[in-house]
Amino acid sequence: MIYILCLAFFCVGIYCILRKRNVIKIIVGIIIAEYAVNLFFILIAYRMEGRSPIHSSDNQILNMVDTLPQALVLTSIVIGLATTALLVAIAMRIYEKYGTFDITEIRELRG
Amino acid sequence: MLELYILLVFMIIGAIIAVEVKDLLSSVVTVGAVGLALSMAFLVLKAPDVAITQLVVEILCLIILIRATIKKDLPFAATGRWFLNTVITVGFIFVFLMVCAKCLKDLPAFGYPLMRVAGTYIKEGLMQTGATNLVAAVILDYRAYDTLGEATVLFTAVMAVLAVVRVKGRKDPNEEEAGDE
Repeated sequence: MIYILCLAFFCVGIYCILRKRNVIKIIVGIIIAEYAVNLFFILIAYRMEGRSPIHSSDNQILNMVDTLPQALVLTSIVIGLATTALLVAIAMRIYEKYGTFDITEIRELRG
Repeated sequence: MLELYILLVFMIIGAIIAVEVKDLLSSVVTVGAVGLALSMAFLVLKAPDVAITQLVVEILCLIILIRATIKKDLPFAATGRWFLNTVITVGFIFVFLMVCAKCLKDLPAFGYPLMRVAGTYIKEGLMQTGATNLVAAVILDYRAYDTLGEATVLFTAVMAVLAVVRVKGRKDPNEEEAGDE
């Protein structure tokens, strides 16, 4: 059930990417889809009545949640920041050249 | 798990508002609110390291996006084949959800993961690496090449941003956006 909500969150981002015509809106859609995928991996890693994977001396709960997807998502978040910065830089150059963010106005390939 | 459901519904509503609002700056600020809610959801799901990273990255992302949209708020045209675009988009999302509904049957139930690989990490991580935080043990010891690749990707992205943003023969102090990383 909670996976369905996460997929709905992803579909909002996909809808934004496919339907909008403003470059900044498309970047916003990419960010939303990325959040949804990260959340999905952490949801897979969750364990009922678990605790965070940090050793401590006074632990009553022995079950730890899955560590591997957390490490992968940690990498994925930072790479997402890098791609977002690159997209925004390209969008700013497009605005300088064409004076608009509308993707139907951008018809040339010359940089 | 009630707080998780509340956070997820809040995130979906925020995402819909961010997609549909006309003002670009409002859209970017709403995405920031969604990211902070995502950070809280990571805390509820017992992943503190990921929550801290998400918080920092969210603030940086907001700074970069606001820098891009602060004075370029233009109305965009609403002409064209809107009906056809909407039908194609909704059809694609419907097919995607059908495939997902078939795939979700094969996942283990929520809260009961398999943990074939991570069981070894949890049992022997403290002895083999000496790190009490097991996520740090996985990132910096078992899968250190992943972190090296991540650093490479970051470096390449910074170089690409510099190459795209730099304008020859013009010293503009507000083009220093790549210094945010």
